[in-house]
Amino acid sequence: MLEIRNLHASVDGNEILKGINLRVNKGEVHAIMGPNGSGKSTLAKVLAGHPQYEVTAGEVIYDGKNLLEMSPDERAREGVFMAFQYPIEVPGVSNAQFLRLAYNEKQKHQGEEELDPLEFKDLLTEKARLVEMDASFMTRSVNEGFSGGEKKRNEILQMAVLDPKLSVLDETDSGLDIDALRIVAEGVNKLHDPQKAVIVVTHYQRLLNYIIPDFVHVLSGGRIVKEGGKELALELEEKGYDWLKNENGKPATTAGSAK
Amino acid sequence: MSTTEILANREYKYGWVTDIESETIPRGLSEDTVRLISAKKNEPEWMLEFRLKAYRNWLKMEEPRRWPNITFPEVNYQDIVYYSAPKQKAAKASLDEVDPELLRTFEKLGIPLSEQKQLAGVAVDAVFDSVSVATTYKEKLKKHGVIFCSFSEAVQEHPQLVRKYLGSVVPTNDNFYAALNSAVFSDGSFCFIPKGVHCPMELSTYFRINNSESGQFERTLIVAEEGAYVSYLEGCTAPKFDRNQLHAAVVELVALENAEIKYSTVQNWYAGDEEGRGGIYNFVTKRGKCAGANSKISWTQVETGSAITWKYPSCILQGDNSIGEFYSVALTNHAQQADTGTKMIHLGKNTRSTIISKGISAGHANNSYRGLVKIMPKAENSRNYTQCDSMLIGSNAGANTFPYIEVMNNTSQVEHEASTSRISEEQLFYLMQRGISQEDAVSLIINGFCKDVFLQLPMEFAVEATRLLGLKLEGAVG
Repeated sequence: MLEIRNLHASVDGNEILKGINLRVNKGEVHAIMGPNGSGKSTLAKVLAGHPQYEVTAGEVIYDGKNLLEMSPDERAREGVFMAFQYPIEVPGVSNAQFLRLAYNEKQKHQGEEELDPLEFKDLLTEKARLVEMDASFMTRSVNEGFSGGEKKRNEILQMAVLDPKLSVLDETDSGLDIDALRIVAEGVNKLHDPQKAVIVVTHYQRLLNYIIPDFVHVLSGGRIVKEGGKELALELEEKGYDWLKNENGKPATTAGSAK
Repeated sequence: MSTTEILANREYKYGWVTDIESETIPRGLSEDTVRLISAKKNEPEWMLEFRLKAYRNWLKMEEPRRWPNITFPEVNYQDIVYYSAPKQKAAKASLDEVDPELLRTFEKLGIPLSEQKQLAGVAVDAVFDSVSVATTYKEKLKKHGVIFCSFSEAVQEHPQLVRKYLGSVVPTNDNFYAALNSAVFSDGSFCFIPKGVHCPMELSTYFRINNSESGQFERTLIVAEEGAYVSYLEGCTAPKFDRNQLHAAVVELVALENAEIKYSTVQNWYAGDEEGRGGIYNFVTKRGKCAGANSKISWTQVETGSAITWKYPSCILQGDNSIGEFYSVALTNHAQQADTGTKMIHLGKNTRSTIISKGISAGHANNSYRGLVKIMPKAENSRNYTQCDSMLIGSNAGANTFPYIEVMNNTSQVEHEASTSRISEEQLFYLMQRGISQEDAVSLIINGFCKDVFLQLPMEFAVEATRLLGLKLEGAVG
């Protein structure tokens, strides 16, 4: 489904990704882990097409197409979804209005039927149950005045509505208490099926107790420095990221050590 | 954040000209011009006196050039045509006698006037250059005692009413443009809602400037007697010309005890091209007087057109417990300039006013909010709430807020909030990541920004305003 080859990307002239190779097949869940500043979030944003990040080398093939040639909205309509680490507020625009517009854009793109506000409300009510969101959130402005946990649940609600093929969750666990973490993770699990793939970007292992990855990739200094199965996450939890740096023959630093 | 730039603007949809024979007087302005206009309209002596007094005042006045935050080349007032009317029979007993070309013009603008096609629920007075072409639903309104007709007709048919209220809110010496208008105004709309009547339909005037040489000076007077209610809509467009055209209107509203007037405008005059050539100078005086206790006047405006907008729809809150409201969206793109806002003059006790202003500026445009809240000594326990929000698109646009607050007693409360924001790249990226195109994302953000104002508009107008903002900003973010 997704093939990343030798991907280099920079922001404001600073190279952050220095040659990423990654292959994701249908039905798989991949976890991208790594210390702060390792390039995890950059990878997520580059896949979604954030305008601030410049791809300087490499290629990304998604569903047989050159992903990097597509604008962010085209990527989204083709089924690439990113759950934001810091969801953005859009004052004056209701959640329902925003989601219906996004949903209908996708439907149009796929030659499917668009829904009117009433029909869409039924769909939204059904999907909101998945993340235990109250109906009152649908009439409120997008993310405005939402707590951290509500914002993250709202991201998963959007994922549920848009039904993407490839979901990239960028630090979705950050700022969540244990209950919200469970709700969000269960939502993601329920949405997953053999035709889809998920990339979970996270600093900590705890989200991976709920969303069990098939593969774990550890990023450091813009490169994947270690790969393994789900047990690698546990090992990292125990030993911290410094262990990897030592293993790679680099001096251990205090910065970015995980607890 | 990378720089956002102006790319293109969609063609102005209403920029065509109607080919019609007009009766035009020679350009230039003198006392004779004023007399000529009055004579053409067969006006009574008092009306001519009103005009002459205004003209003499105007001669002594200066253009307000110093204080507003706008710049424009010198206007040669002797180079303007002050009266231009499509040639047709003077009295129009029915629409059959109206030139079909005029009917087609308004139909093309989305304002069908013929009986079969009239807009449901809205009575329309259609003004073409200097005169009113037709007014729909006149008979139906008459049954309720509501008078809705062209200003010229009102002067002939209801002289006592016109004489009583004309100039009672905006005196002939109020300001340069109001004085000019009072001297040379050619037509406009007159509405009178008698005591206790809730006007059964929306009233509306649609203004069209067609002649490239003429100015438009229309006069609107709306009177709501005790306990009456009316909702009034105003729309305007003009063809594209390279030269600037002057539009100096005066609107006066009078609300007596317990009356309510809701006045909504969607202004889409031609704005000039991207370099600022051509377009309308929209120099307008709009003011309402809450003359009676518990009366209410509400202004809602969506200003998207004109090369320059200079207007401050205001409320004089004379009656105790009266309420004034001002809801405004002013959008400027390319080289457009706007200096707009309101004045809330609190005279009566327990008077309340609300000001919600949303300014959006793109391209090289300059957008200023200017508002006065004045609470007089006797206006005890009065309250004002003002919120001014500006949104900038791109890095070359400007936004300013000039609030003036004068409170002369110590029992009143005034609140003022202001904010300036930009459409951030993060916001756009977020919406686009959900599959929404960039242009739709901009529209969505802007409409969200303007929501508090759009909520005040009648349904059809709100839809039109939403669509209009989308069109005006197309390609504004790149």
